[in-house]
Amino acid sequence: MSDVGFVIAGYGVILGGLAAYAALLLLRLARERQHRPPGDNGA
Amino acid sequence: MKTRILGVAALLAVIAAALFGLYGVPADLNQGDAQRIMYPHVASAWLAYLSFGVTALAGIGWLIRRDLRFDAVAVASAEIGVLFTALAIWGGMMWARPVWGVFWQWEDPRLTTTALLLALYVGYLLLRRLSDDPARRATRAAVVGLVAAVDIPIVHFSVIWWRGLHQPPTFLSPDKILHPSAPLPFVLALVGMLGAFTLAWTWLLIRRYQLARAELAREDAVRGGLVRRASAAAARPGVAARPAAAARPGLPASDDGGTPQPKAPAEATQ
Repeated sequence: MSDVGFVIAGYGVILGGLAAYAALLLLRLARERQHRPPGDNGA
Repeated sequence: MKTRILGVAALLAVIAAALFGLYGVPADLNQGDAQRIMYPHVASAWLAYLSFGVTALAGIGWLIRRDLRFDAVAVASAEIGVLFTALAIWGGMMWARPVWGVFWQWEDPRLTTTALLLALYVGYLLLRRLSDDPARRATRAAVVGLVAAVDIPIVHFSVIWWRGLHQPPTFLSPDKILHPSAPLPFVLALVGMLGAFTLAWTWLLIRRYQLARAELAREDAVRGGLVRRASAAAARPGVAARPAAAARPGLPASDDGGTPQPKAPAEATQ
């Protein structure tokens, strides 16, 4: 693999990993807020 | 709303920093295009240090104040730290193969201590799953977080203390990064990526903290429901109620005399 291939693999996984974690985090947060107990207005 | 604006700003900053690192900086004379991987690699490593440092400080906060908000910060920061450590290792491997000729070398102290750091904090997150008692979990995690934090300076100074393939530290060495002879585009790319990733880290930390608080609130509600059910069963004639929870030392009793609760977390901001 050429240097450029390693650069693409490096940036792809790092930026993709960050984006995937951020998306997963928002999904987990949305799911948790759906199950918010009655009377609880935040947290 | 402010968190949303921060998220958009972080996204734009990361995109801009990545484009600059890929297209705005010339290839390095010795390392060629592989040098471009250094920018996100160094930024990820910096945020791994920062994350685990915050986890340790929040653990101390919990041990002193017994406020579960500190534990929520600790778990949020640890999880994000694991992510950034894994990304730093990946970036390092993608840089090492074309420059060193190998992806990994176990004899190198920086690489080995970083792998240990990742294992320690994965262990930290696993340990948290062993108990559903928030106070006990927070105390155990705080102790482990403090012990694991000992590895942070070892990782950082490993390239100074021992010989290996890895070059001396890049950050916390402003005499090197900001040296007048350093080409400006390289400095801008590195500082820009550090800033952009730090913005992204801040946004992730806020969101993960909110998630930790929401999980605590749900756990609290589940325990409250169990206590009410146990109390109702005890009130019925002929039903012997089991105690819902034994009193735990160090925890104040809840207002209704039910399960002892740690300090209730205050409302989180959006």
